[in-house]
Amino acid sequence: MSVQAWTFVMVGVSFALYIGIAVWSRAASTKDFYVAGKGVSPLANGMATAADWMSAASFISMAGLISFMGYDGSVYLLGWTGGYVLLALLLAPYLRKYGAFTVPDFVGDRYYSQVARIVAVVCAIFVSFTYVAGQMRGVGIVFGRFLEVDVNLGVAIGMAIVFFYAVLGGMKGITYTQVAQYCVLIFAYLVPAIFLSILITGNPIPQLGLGGVDQATGTPLLERLNGLHQELGFAPYTSGVKSRLDVFFITAALMVGTAGLPHVIIRFYTVPRVRDARISVGWALLFIALLYTTAPAVAVFARTNLIASVDEVPYSEVPEWFSNWETTGLVSFEDANQDGLIQYVGPESALTNELTVDRDIMVLANPEIADLPGWVVGLVAAGGLAAALSTAAGLLLVISSAVSHDLLKRSIKPDITEKQELLAARIAAGLAVLVAGYFGMNPPGFVAQVVAFAFGLAASSFFPAIILGIFSKRTTREGAILGMISGIGFTAAYIVFFNFVRPELNTPEHWWLGISPEGIGTLGMLLNFAVTVVVSRITPAPPAQVQVLVDLIRVPRGAGEAHELHV
Amino acid sequence: MSESPRHGRVHERPSVTDPETVARHREYWRRNIGYVGVLLAVWFTVSYLCGIVFVEPLNGLELPGTHFPLGFWFAQQGAIYVFVVEIFVYVWLMNRLDREFQVDEGSDE
Repeated sequence: MSVQAWTFVMVGVSFALYIGIAVWSRAASTKDFYVAGKGVSPLANGMATAADWMSAASFISMAGLISFMGYDGSVYLLGWTGGYVLLALLLAPYLRKYGAFTVPDFVGDRYYSQVARIVAVVCAIFVSFTYVAGQMRGVGIVFGRFLEVDVNLGVAIGMAIVFFYAVLGGMKGITYTQVAQYCVLIFAYLVPAIFLSILITGNPIPQLGLGGVDQATGTPLLERLNGLHQELGFAPYTSGVKSRLDVFFITAALMVGTAGLPHVIIRFYTVPRVRDARISVGWALLFIALLYTTAPAVAVFARTNLIASVDEVPYSEVPEWFSNWETTGLVSFEDANQDGLIQYVGPESALTNELTVDRDIMVLANPEIADLPGWVVGLVAAGGLAAALSTAAGLLLVISSAVSHDLLKRSIKPDITEKQELLAARIAAGLAVLVAGYFGMNPPGFVAQVVAFAFGLAASSFFPAIILGIFSKRTTREGAILGMISGIGFTAAYIVFFNFVRPELNTPEHWWLGISPEGIGTLGMLLNFAVTVVVSRITPAPPAQVQVLVDLIRVPRGAGEAHELHV
Repeated sequence: MSESPRHGRVHERPSVTDPETVARHREYWRRNIGYVGVLLAVWFTVSYLCGIVFVEPLNGLELPGTHFPLGFWFAQQGAIYVFVVEIFVYVWLMNRLDREFQVDEGSDE
């Protein structure tokens, strides 16, 4: 069977599975639609969270990014996992106890203010839309590269699938399809990694192979790679080039942003009890860590392999995968010195670099580089699609519930019936799919950049408001609103200035304190905290019912769910 | 209470004015903050200190039994393992604390 046939089979079978699950888990009520009836087991919720969290970027691009960044790539590894510790310790159990449907629900009630609710809704929709457009694009790209389908047709197929299970099943359908998608994506990620690890280090566990010995030369793998880097004029792989301060700030922005992303937070509303919310964060991080500790190993294997198999190799003798991927434009070679050999060198070398490699190739071409059978290639395609679709669905749900619940039910028209709200939620989800699909087909040039900044924006807006809402009873409506606005305003202004107003100044010398736009969310978050605390001290204390509410959130057991007190 | 709290649409106000309960809840919260403080200190140490601030000096050492430079290992592997363990430790500590202060949700639900 050809590679292409295998890919069709793998993708087809996985899609049939998702549709089957969607039909089986239709939503009957708004509670089903928003929070899966609050009946999801912690283990299943952990898997669903992991799939929700790991996007097309994690699956396809991250290992490649690390591969080119070396030590600097740690910002993603630390940032996108460490946030779960904050979630488990500071957010998930309390938000579950509060027992609402959405993040703006909590913000609006805790800060006894429609303005706070609306600010939160706008932040949630903005963050989610920037993120979802990138996912739809990812779906299109996977279709384009593996199935040789037009990118737009690929996006349309992806939209149809998500439309089907998100609109029909809401959170319930999404949760159970995400469980299946996690299984598909982790299997697809680990299989080639294990093969590569055996091939290069002789150790079947990639996490250990990374610290092992390179079989071809008998030297430790990381030492060999550092040596190759030095020879070719790259910075040593295990050291990196970013300033320590910037690495610190970017890591913090990604961590805190992770804990503040609405599509992650709402997953912890779906479990029955507070203790389930705590442990499901643990499961989620365990499942995420499986991929995130494998990624740096894949990065090193792929990097070593790439250098060893192409540098100073005659262009006429390159391996087959090289020519295959050259046709897609992801690898390109320009013989600057006309010697017929490929020179792949870094910025500190006297020679001219002749090879351009797209970072996405590191994961996508892995099965071919390691000469793995056709079904593994098909599996990687299905895995990439699973990662993109699961994240897109989670984000679409946030958007639809923000519209039907926070705006319609809680703000504009509180007297609509349960049935009408459910219908509104379905329509909103449907419209959100169409808008996301439109951006997937016609991506504005800035989407890729904005996705990275979604974290800074989430870190500087939601995180302090939620934390202080739980841990400080004295935090007032005025404090929280001004804090959110100043935090997100400062962060957005810094990002916009360096990326869109004066992009020519976007270099370390011009950055404030040497902090890059990727890391500025950390400063925005600190500003938000400072403003909220100071303003709260000088404004009237929150009403007594709100203080009762906070007391109730802090203990797992209590009369009913906290939000039913109707403060 | 005829209805379990989980499914409950129970609207009775909890007795938050009862001084004994108030004191118990306050102590529960103080212990919780203590756990969270210690765990966050560990979280900060393994990621920001070992993985970023002191990564260069630690890279002079090797993780015993492997060929990992220690700082690099913390940044790309070790910190993540510690994060996972920390959450499960927190879950265990809090379930114990919930029972001790009689604020757990019960196992019959």
